[in-house]
Amino acid sequence: MNGDISEICARYQGRRREALLPLLWDVQMAQGSIGPAQVQQISHTLRIPEADIFGVIGFYTLFHAQPTGRRIIRVCADPACALADADSVLHELCARLHIAPGETTADGEFTIEHSLCLGLCDLAPAALLSARGEPDRAIPQANADSLLAGGASDYFTPAGDANSALLAGGLTSAPQSLADYGDYAALRKARAMTGDRVIAEIEASGLIGRGGAAFPTGLKWKFTRAASGAPKYIVCNADESEPGTFKDRVLMEHRPHLLLEGIALAAYAVGTDQAIIFIRGEYPHATQILQDAIAEAEAAGLLGGLTIEVRRGAGAYICGEETALFEAIEGKRGFPRMKPPYPTTFGLFGKPTAVNNVETLCAVPPIITRGADWFRSIGTAGSAGPKLVSVSGHVARPGVYEIAPGLSLRDFLEGQCGGVTGQLQAVLMGGAAGTFLRPGEIDVPLTFEDLREAGSTFGSGAIMVFNDTVDLRDMLLRLGRFFQHESCGKCFPCQLGTQRQVEILKRLDAPLPGDRERLRDIGMTMTEASICGLGHTAGMAVMSAMEKFPGLFEAE
Amino acid sequence: MTTDKITLSIDGREVSVERGATILEAAAEQGIDIPVICYHEATSPNGLCRVCVVDVDGGRVLQPACVAACQPDTHIETDNERVLRSRRTILEMLNASVDLDEAPEIQQMMRACQADRERFPGAQQRDAELIDDNPFYVRDYAQCLLCWRCVQVCAEDAQFTFALTLDARGHDTTVATAFDIGLTESPCVFCGQCIGVCPTGALKPKIEWGMERGLGEDELRALTRRRRKRARENA
Repeated sequence: MNGDISEICARYQGRRREALLPLLWDVQMAQGSIGPAQVQQISHTLRIPEADIFGVIGFYTLFHAQPTGRRIIRVCADPACALADADSVLHELCARLHIAPGETTADGEFTIEHSLCLGLCDLAPAALLSARGEPDRAIPQANADSLLAGGASDYFTPAGDANSALLAGGLTSAPQSLADYGDYAALRKARAMTGDRVIAEIEASGLIGRGGAAFPTGLKWKFTRAASGAPKYIVCNADESEPGTFKDRVLMEHRPHLLLEGIALAAYAVGTDQAIIFIRGEYPHATQILQDAIAEAEAAGLLGGLTIEVRRGAGAYICGEETALFEAIEGKRGFPRMKPPYPTTFGLFGKPTAVNNVETLCAVPPIITRGADWFRSIGTAGSAGPKLVSVSGHVARPGVYEIAPGLSLRDFLEGQCGGVTGQLQAVLMGGAAGTFLRPGEIDVPLTFEDLREAGSTFGSGAIMVFNDTVDLRDMLLRLGRFFQHESCGKCFPCQLGTQRQVEILKRLDAPLPGDRERLRDIGMTMTEASICGLGHTAGMAVMSAMEKFPGLFEAE
Repeated sequence: MTTDKITLSIDGREVSVERGATILEAAAEQGIDIPVICYHEATSPNGLCRVCVVDVDGGRVLQPACVAACQPDTHIETDNERVLRSRRTILEMLNASVDLDEAPEIQQMMRACQADRERFPGAQQRDAELIDDNPFYVRDYAQCLLCWRCVQVCAEDAQFTFALTLDARGHDTTVATAFDIGLTESPCVFCGQCIGVCPTGALKPKIEWGMERGLGEDELRALTRRRRKRARENA
């Protein structure tokens, strides 16, 4: 590493703080870390104080201020990978290289780290491989031998069927080409309509957001269209990081043009020519596919004057929170903002912004083509339209499935998923921020309203299945560690609560008197007093487990 | 601007305030004291300590009084059981991480809501070595509760010096200089504003720090004056 980044900085001349994450990525990829000399050069190029740049590097786990090995291997530690014994992979790597997690070998060749969920839960255990000067690669079904040898990154998520709306025709190993997808017929149809008419159609369809918060999409677009300020932005939230959720990855890797057409429709409806896809740093494969697809669509003249930029995150679950995501694009630490004001009036760069999840945008082209009535004919009144779910853990066929909401969880697990392997112990709905169901509760229909009624959540559509061989205390500890690691640290309830929670979860085998009350107070305080959705849900799984599996919290 | 008044109730009292007033301001007018830690008149509010949360109409989540604007015809409770549980738990969790011995106002808040100082046995404290890297002040981040004020006044809220930042995240967050360089190597101009806004004993002028340790006049002088200045005095 010669440390000179003049060539990289030259490409960013004249740009400002919003270019910080892309520039840091270029330096990180070329040099393996971003040290004082590089920070000084970046400071001069983008005119940002050095301390601020250092603070940004320190916030995102995929950036390193200290030197790293020429290759960085990150092994997932979250539930689905833990069930597939990812810990053994990590330990074997460390034993062979004579280092501990977080350390670098003496010859400077390898750094080994934990990673948060890589969205390869159906192909666990997963790892992320960074080699200096090369694009990052996500590795499915990882083992120590293959990771040390460079890893094979071919993978394929079985999903979809011929009748599916979002994944029509099923999946092949390659992304769907533009020729196979078609020439954006929904966009052509929409351009003969007014933006208001497009929004009315989306409102009539009953489409609600697929990212977890379930906000009506048409209403969000209506607010953004009506807001004053220019330019307006469409931001596609592709920061899919909820452990156990990987449907957006599958959509991006297999149906890139469906997403791009959805973005183009949103931009047309809201009245803007500016769109940004913010994709998590752990999805290098999908990032490349989207960039290629954008180039393909532009070359074919399909996007008109629309600019779609792909922005890569750098390892921070919090950036899935929409205002933290704006901060990341603006080149800052990913802290959630206070609301109000809301994004539809004061969003990215302070401009009106509609933020939509990948799957939400993918639902838009078929609604425009086939009509709101068709969409409403699938599912229930409160959960209209087809919904993708990500299934991992103890089922015969983990993967991404499209369901018509209303199907019971039991029928779904026994049908499409091929049944539970072993004796069912618990189902975690909605990922780390979710809630547990007991074996006797799986007749609940998979809809937003029924799950809410049952005190559970559909969330992002993550379903993790645990059979009776699973140590649920260990799972809770992993969820606790996840939130402890991913809390941004801004508000006291979450910054302190995620820490105190994990301290208690570590001693579940020998709890202190009063630990249950402590966990409940921590959980309720995070839920009621935190700034953002991360804090609001960081105690959810633990509080749910206390209700459903009280024995876990009693001394043996 | 015409004054536009709205009415609402705070702890059962009907109040009339200007539209846009925060709940904290409206309560203060009534003599209702809502505790705050991170809020300071001189810095942009971030609503992050959440000690000032209040219950508005029994809503799904509590609202930070320091930044939440009063809404017409709402009923606000500033010390019901829900509010007190969050306030107390935050203070108990904070006390388990941070040395609050030199923060009498926070001690008072803890007494007022009957917070248990030993609520979280076995908790990991935010330990930090005292940093003594300049002649003007010392930094004891074991007493830092991450209110952000020092970083804010060093940046756009006052001085535009940008010597300080936040590093890492979550419970591991620290206030730091770039690459943890000493303050004399950083852009710091020793304006002292960070010391002025620090709510605990984390930032302290060196003289005060030395006097607390019972140092004599000569020792204090040695502490705060560097070689060149001493040489000038001796000449």
